Amino acid sequence: MSTLTAEPRKTRKRASAPDRVSVLYDAPGPRARMRNTVLTVVVVLVALLAVYVMVTKLDEKNQLNADLWTPFLRGDVWINLILPGLFNTLSAAAVAALIAVPFGFVFGIGRLSDHAWIRVPAGAVVEFFRAIPLLIMIFAVMYGGSAVFGLTVTPFMAVVTGLVLYNGSVLAEIVRAGILSIPRGQSEAALAIGLRKGQVMRMILLPQGVTAMMPAIVAQLVVLLKDTALGFIVSFEDLLNAGARVLPSNFNNIIPAVIVIAIVYIIINLIVGAIAVLLERRSRRSRKSSAQPVVPPGAVVAPGSGDISAVD
Amino acid sequence: MQALFDEFPVILEAFWLTIRLTLASGLLALVLGTILAGMRVSPLPVLRGIGTAYVNIVRNTPLTLVIVFCGLGLGLVLDVSFSTSLSTNYLWLSIIGLSAYTAAFVCEAIRAGINTVPLGQAEAARAIGLTFFQNLRLIVLPQALRAVIAPLGSVLIALIKNTTIAAAIGVAEASLTMKTLFESHGDAVVPIFFGFALGFLILTLPTGLLFTWLSKRLAVVR
Repeated sequence: MSTLTAEPRKTRKRASAPDRVSVLYDAPGPRARMRNTVLTVVVVLVALLAVYVMVTKLDEKNQLNADLWTPFLRGDVWINLILPGLFNTLSAAAVAALIAVPFGFVFGIGRLSDHAWIRVPAGAVVEFFRAIPLLIMIFAVMYGGSAVFGLTVTPFMAVVTGLVLYNGSVLAEIVRAGILSIPRGQSEAALAIGLRKGQVMRMILLPQGVTAMMPAIVAQLVVLLKDTALGFIVSFEDLLNAGARVLPSNFNNIIPAVIVIAIVYIIINLIVGAIAVLLERRSRRSRKSSAQPVVPPGAVVAPGSGDISAVD
Repeated sequence: MQALFDEFPVILEAFWLTIRLTLASGLLALVLGTILAGMRVSPLPVLRGIGTAYVNIVRNTPLTLVIVFCGLGLGLVLDVSFSTSLSTNYLWLSIIGLSAYTAAFVCEAIRAGINTVPLGQAEAARAIGLTFFQNLRLIVLPQALRAVIAPLGSVLIALIKNTTIAAAIGVAEASLTMKTLFESHGDAVVPIFFGFALGFLILTLPTGLLFTWLSKRLAVVR
């Protein structure tokens, strides 16, 4: 059986993604190895051709001219134009996260309440904000704030409010799933020794649930961080604004600017994503909790791959 | 409230554009995502590498940036053109951005689905001499796709909501139309908002229910 694959048997048992994949093809013999080498060469050639076509196309439009790219080597460009945008992006994400996490706990626990007058409104709020696009929330806060309440709404406030309502609702679902993932015996035992419902939640369910939901919460924070870029549409001066408005208006280099800004976003998100994976491993090993780590709602997880990115 | 009824045809038109954006990007993303998933499980390390790099890059880039790049970078600077009409051209550019982004999530969903197919299935397929492609096409993917209908539904719902981001390059779908109506009917912001919110609820909630039903109905009995 397992001798047909290149993988040793003991790693197959873990059924983690790369190992399971090898079951789709035999360990290559001499002919298959030859064919794979030929195909690899073909793929590399096609990829190189694609890169060549892209480069010539960029060159035709003078996008590879040095003066479009050299601004990124200058310290003052970073300090004056890019880093303020990055700072705004990170502060919007931080403020939104700090409000969204408590929001998620309140509404997640609210949805599990025994009282219908708490459970139903909490559920309605969560389902409503999860079902509508974040951007129309941001527009609504932007225009509604001044039209209805007479407030001056800054783009920062609109973006943060939208992010809190949407991500808070998703976090509420994660919190609910985290608490529900704890075996029922835990709360039954707690009730049996005479704890009240609030005490069961506070002393038994939440401490174990937090371990289980932590990776999914951090994965959702990647989504939150990415969604701050929506602020661009309402003229929030964030990192994307720096890349797509400020830099091009100075150097007329939209393509280089967007590429560099994308790299900054990717690096930040990979770091936060790596934290989520670390927490997931720790949580899986943890003996402090009887629950397994939960996944973000709607997310798909390859079993054992430790890859928990939220769908967005 | 009156504004909502007066502008009803405009709102309907906007949502029709949202639906068309969703369907076009959804189809493209499904095709591209399946190809990517195939690449990520293929015997060639170089194909696996390309697939993995694509997914990790795209998944960690904000969609707004992707759309802005498609609109301003591809459209304005590189003169990628699908139509002489400016608005149709931006529509197609946003469809490219949306499907390129969504494909990464489709790929991950399908890859997770491939992992749900029992080992014995692929082993039996290999035992009767099927090649990698036959194995994938005839045995593994049909079961994998049926296992990931619910997650693909979540991806589709996310796509419906994400089409609003096409507003960044001026595609007049629902969210941009809502903003325009806010500006022309400053006194009716609340009813207009709830009208559009209801429109999105009508699109997203039944989609969720449909896919949950489909996933139960088409689940592979083991």
